[in-house]
Amino acid sequence: MWKNFPLFPERASALAWQVDGLYFLLIAVSAFFTLLIFAAIFFFAVKYRRSVHPQAVQIEGSLPLELAWTLIPLGICMIFFAWGSLIYFQEARPPKDAMEVYVVAKQWMWKFEYEDGQRDINQLHVPVGRDVKMIMSSQDAIHSFFVPAFRIKADVLPGRFTTTWFRPTKVGTYHLFCSQYCGTNHSAMIGQVIVMDPAAYQAWMSGGAGSSSGSLAANGQQLFQQLGCATCHRSDTQGRGPNLVGLFGKPVLLDDGRTVIADENYIRESILNPGAKIISGFKPIMPTFQGQVSEENLMALVAYVKSLAQTQPKGEAGDGSSVPNTSKLQ
Amino acid sequence: MATAVQTVERENYLNSNYGIKSWLLTTDHKRIAVLYLISITAMFWLGGFFAMMIRLELLTPAGDLVSSDTYNKLFTMHGIIMVFFFLIPSVPAVIGNFLVPLMVGAKDLAFPRVNLLSWYLYMAGAITALVAMVTGGVDTGWTFYTPFSTTYSNTHVIGAAIGIFIAGFSSILTGLNFIVTIHRMRAPGMTWRRLPLFCWSNYAAAIIMVLGTPVIAITLLLVALERAFHIGVFNPQLGGDPLLFQHLFWFYSHPAVYIMILPGMGVISEIVACFSRKRVFGYEFVALASIAIAVLGFLVWAHHMFVAGISVYAALVFSLLSYLVAIPSAVKVFNWTATMYKGSISYNTPMLYAFGFIGLFTVGGLTGIFLSSLGLDVHVHDTYFVIAHFHYVMVGGMVMAYMAGLHFWWPKMTGKMYPEAWAKLSALLVFVGFNTTFFPLFILGYMGSPRRYHAYPPEFQVLNVLSTAGASILAVGYVLPMIYFVWSLRYGKDAGPNPWNATGLEWMTSSPPPTHNFDETPVVTWEAYDYEHQPQEEITVGH
Amino acid sequence: MATSDMGDIQVAERALQHHFADMEQQRDTASFGMWMFLLTEIMFFGGLFCAYLVYRASYYHAFVEGSQKMNITLGATNTAVLICSSLTMALGVRAAQMGKPKLMVILLLVTILFGFGFLGIKAVEYHEHWVNHEFPGPSFHFETGDPAHPATDPQHTEIYFSLYWAMTGLHALHMVIGIGLVAWLVIAGLMGAYTPHYYNPVENVGLYWHFVDLVWIYLFPMLYLISKKHGG
Repeated sequence: MWKNFPLFPERASALAWQVDGLYFLLIAVSAFFTLLIFAAIFFFAVKYRRSVHPQAVQIEGSLPLELAWTLIPLGICMIFFAWGSLIYFQEARPPKDAMEVYVVAKQWMWKFEYEDGQRDINQLHVPVGRDVKMIMSSQDAIHSFFVPAFRIKADVLPGRFTTTWFRPTKVGTYHLFCSQYCGTNHSAMIGQVIVMDPAAYQAWMSGGAGSSSGSLAANGQQLFQQLGCATCHRSDTQGRGPNLVGLFGKPVLLDDGRTVIADENYIRESILNPGAKIISGFKPIMPTFQGQVSEENLMALVAYVKSLAQTQPKGEAGDGSSVPNTSKLQ
Repeated sequence: MATAVQTVERENYLNSNYGIKSWLLTTDHKRIAVLYLISITAMFWLGGFFAMMIRLELLTPAGDLVSSDTYNKLFTMHGIIMVFFFLIPSVPAVIGNFLVPLMVGAKDLAFPRVNLLSWYLYMAGAITALVAMVTGGVDTGWTFYTPFSTTYSNTHVIGAAIGIFIAGFSSILTGLNFIVTIHRMRAPGMTWRRLPLFCWSNYAAAIIMVLGTPVIAITLLLVALERAFHIGVFNPQLGGDPLLFQHLFWFYSHPAVYIMILPGMGVISEIVACFSRKRVFGYEFVALASIAIAVLGFLVWAHHMFVAGISVYAALVFSLLSYLVAIPSAVKVFNWTATMYKGSISYNTPMLYAFGFIGLFTVGGLTGIFLSSLGLDVHVHDTYFVIAHFHYVMVGGMVMAYMAGLHFWWPKMTGKMYPEAWAKLSALLVFVGFNTTFFPLFILGYMGSPRRYHAYPPEFQVLNVLSTAGASILAVGYVLPMIYFVWSLRYGKDAGPNPWNATGLEWMTSSPPPTHNFDETPVVTWEAYDYEHQPQEEITVGH
Repeated sequence: MATSDMGDIQVAERALQHHFADMEQQRDTASFGMWMFLLTEIMFFGGLFCAYLVYRASYYHAFVEGSQKMNITLGATNTAVLICSSLTMALGVRAAQMGKPKLMVILLLVTILFGFGFLGIKAVEYHEHWVNHEFPGPSFHFETGDPAHPATDPQHTEIYFSLYWAMTGLHALHMVIGIGLVAWLVIAGLMGAYTPHYYNPVENVGLYWHFVDLVWIYLFPMLYLISKKHGG
């Protein structure tokens, strides 16, 4: 639009067009009804002003009119409800092969951890055209991950993972804002999302811009040994705890009859509050690790358990090929 | 046909008793309304001062006027004061207290001493909150989200929470009084279908006050306990759930916005009827719409939590219900507009404010539709779009309705007319100033400008400057009535019992009314808004 | 009889407030007001009940362990005490209705006695919990010890106790207010304020008292009787 008076942010994700479309439809319909009311009031106020229309005509009401202006707006609203919900469904379902970035939010910065172990502070590098899933948690208060150019937002909670995803469609640098008030420097908790074309992204990744202390999953494997998890969670049937190979993402039957999906939050809860969900057939003897693992370590452990679900065992990190399904990079 | 009571210089509720004790120990609902008027006006100006500071800071992208912590306290205190100490009590406690007994033909509210207690609780709550603000402030936002408010904030959260807690009981008792009064104290012949729509609206708002406010009371109590004793109810580090806080908080705070707007809608119904000389179109529908808003308003709270981590299915349900709650409000707007059709319209100040209300509430309400739409809300949640939306309904809607009501019933309350020309000018300034302040915020919000930001990226500056300019105009629009209302007490024209030739029992007694309201209990034999049989003389004072 | 009836009517007339048309309107209104107020009290306690339900569902085993520290004997005794107090309260209202002010005063005094009894037993329980470090905050200490559920987090049991103290504390506060109200009735009653033609306050305070009793009848099983297993 007008360069100096923009009315909406750049559209840099696949979703942005849909959200803007809905927005413009809403503006059109709202403008219509607003002008209708304004015009009606203006027209009646002038046409029936006291000096030309001294005697009011008493009209009780009109049932057909009441029904009309109840049901028609309701019908129009249902269109908005449907379209808005469809967009929301998309936002709630990250594609299965999205690349994953783990995010720890804390007062007042964003810490990004890529699967290959690289880390970023306040800057997120992503390749254009690739689905990116953010798995986030907070170390302290509630924050919110907001990228206006992508039209996405998700609160980042302490004690839980929340996720969001996007597919950037345009190379460029975009604002990242924290949009849940979190204290003194809430307005300074901003950053950039840098969308790069695939070649530049590859170059950045191999440049080792972050630390190269091993991939996230490899770190998680180390922790798994250090914390003694491997003692009970063996990869055979002899363990006192469930075998974690191939567990992630599958439904599990609990001892109280419920079935839940073993997602990121399930793994997290099982580490911090193991008594909450016990897999059927196992005893509730796992101790809690509350207070013994940081957010980053939790993410590493989750990444490790996830990696056990791959059909082929993953190698150590370094070249970025631990990111599955590289065909989407083009 | 209704007969007006002619009065000349007789004893009324203002001059029946002198001395501060007669005011501070009064049980007369009209005097209590005046006490509220004074305290609420003071709180409005304090909240407005904080708003002015916010807008001044936002003139420049950098946070250069005040420190971050101070800014965070400014917007928190602006919100707390405006929501809990101005908007929620304003129309019910000032206009409702004064008029509900008069409108139903009663001598007073059902529980006059409880009414006085309400005012004292309001004052105690306000003073407690003010002490918290003056001795260091609060910086959690008026929404007190945990765990920031319970664990990480270093400000007087407990003091502010207790102040709101106490004021909440003021609200509960006012609501209780209204409900019982409307049920039990109506004059003979005043059936439910003859009640003025102002009573229907206040009744609906009172239901919300009574059922919703206790929930925020206990929620804030839990926040205070958690802060004091680290009990862990809302803090995940101690096993608590921050989303539980949000559910409990919004369970009240969403219906609270209907507490704020419903009485204002009642004012508009009265004014549109009077200045169109017509019964409100679709009276039964408007009355039932008020009840529908109150009921549906309790079912939509989690639309404040669409990105907070609730399940997709919960979000769907709340989105759908949020659309439903918009419909009765739309019905009211259409009915008011239709009332003007073939009416006999005059442009007195109350009617000008009513025009403004209908237009601006329509915009505000429609932008609520934007927010109910899940996919769109994800983008605009916690941005200036939301701020623009609620200021349109609260300031463009509710405050305009409050001003409309003050102007309409000022002659009844004080026996004096305000100066019409100045009043019209103020209404115009408010309309222009308001739109200049808040319309740019819709655009800012969609651009991605987050709320509660002390500093912002430079590309957002132009719209912010425009907004601040509008705020100065708006401020003038509010200062003028302060001056001319006070001026009118001494120099205004005498009003007479019914300067507007309006229907309604309140206009059938003198201005100001006597302490006991009516010399004889009225017996109602006519329908509401019986403008057909109301004398159609020119309004002789003001025009 | 006619004279005392006349006297009763005079008392009632004096009690008629100026804004009511007649005593019947005043009685209906006052009663309605009290019912509305009790409705707000339901919503007030409701928030705590909601928090309780959420956490009991999430941390069931921790709640079981916490509840096993409750003294069921004392809790049950308190329940009986409150039920008896409601009986004497109701009989007191009846006595007022029947024009027997002396009997009313006696019954209300017994109600107050029961009320104090409740509070006394509660104080004993509170002391017990305090001494065992079962008060939330820095001094809280709880050894979860169910061998079947070794992973029960003491922090979750602390939440149970937080809700225990908050809910019973709020209830106890309402009891204290109730006792105050009944005491006021006793004093007014001794001064002859209540007659068969005017006993609204007695009736309405009775409603309040029964409500507070009812809240306890919910609290007792919710807090004390969560699971059949019980250590004592």
